[in-house]
Amino acid sequence: MSDCNETLRELETFLDGELDEPARDAIQAHLGGCMDCLQAFDFHAELRIVIQHKCQHDELPAGLLSRIEMCFGEDFDGDGRIG
Amino acid sequence: MADPSEFAQQAMQYAPQLYSAALRMTRNSSDAEDLMQDTYLRAYRGFATFSDGTNLRAWLFRILTNTYINTYRAKQRRPQETELADVEDLYLYKRISGLDTAARSAEDTLFALFTDDEVKKALEDLPESFRLPVLLADVEQFSYKEIAEMLDIPIGTVMSRLHRGRKAMQKALIDFATERGLLARTAEAHDDV
Repeated sequence: MSDCNETLRELETFLDGELDEPARDAIQAHLGGCMDCLQAFDFHAELRIVIQHKCQHDELPAGLLSRIEMCFGEDFDGDGRIG
Repeated sequence: MADPSEFAQQAMQYAPQLYSAALRMTRNSSDAEDLMQDTYLRAYRGFATFSDGTNLRAWLFRILTNTYINTYRAKQRRPQETELADVEDLYLYKRISGLDTAARSAEDTLFALFTDDEVKKALEDLPESFRLPVLLADVEQFSYKEIAEMLDIPIGTVMSRLHRGRKAMQKALIDFATERGLLARTAEAHDDV
């Protein structure tokens, strides 16, 4: 079983979903028996949810979508077909 | 091969996500609007080369990122920003996990502690070489491989920039909360629990 330092070193790659299965299993086995590391992992998973949520949902400027869509349907290369 | 007449129907659903990302990249709404129009125009004109069945969202973000890097980065003329203060690992966690939050989940605590504007600013204030990987990973949920392709850098560089960028962003969040009097100024706050 891996120790706390080794486990915490993999915190980001684990939360990024980038570890292979054996490495992921080793982390999960450690977290199953270590409340301190489990708490740190849960905290960072939740921090990520908060950051993601708060960096989205900006209001679209009025008219932006229709300005974008105005260019669709034009025949750019003059071959008689859209696009 | 994708049919251009289907472009709007398939691609416009991603406009809100792309616009938020464009705002985080350009940091102002007028450049973000221009970036959106350029991105959709390029995507529309290149749609015939898009293969059905592959990831349209990733394809659009790749065009957004390339358009930003090639057009707007030069325009914004920021000094070469490679300097980033070194922050200890788990800095934010160590500062916050000592707070008395027994009644709330970490998610509720974090949601209440930082405003939307502070989180956006903490991300937007990162130097660009760190801001783009953090945006693409933490907000847009792309994989290391996808980010490496979008930014044309090795996967190892993606990982190291994410690590340093995330720490710097977390430090900025702690500084904002401290300025608002929500956290004690002492850096050792977590030791006196």
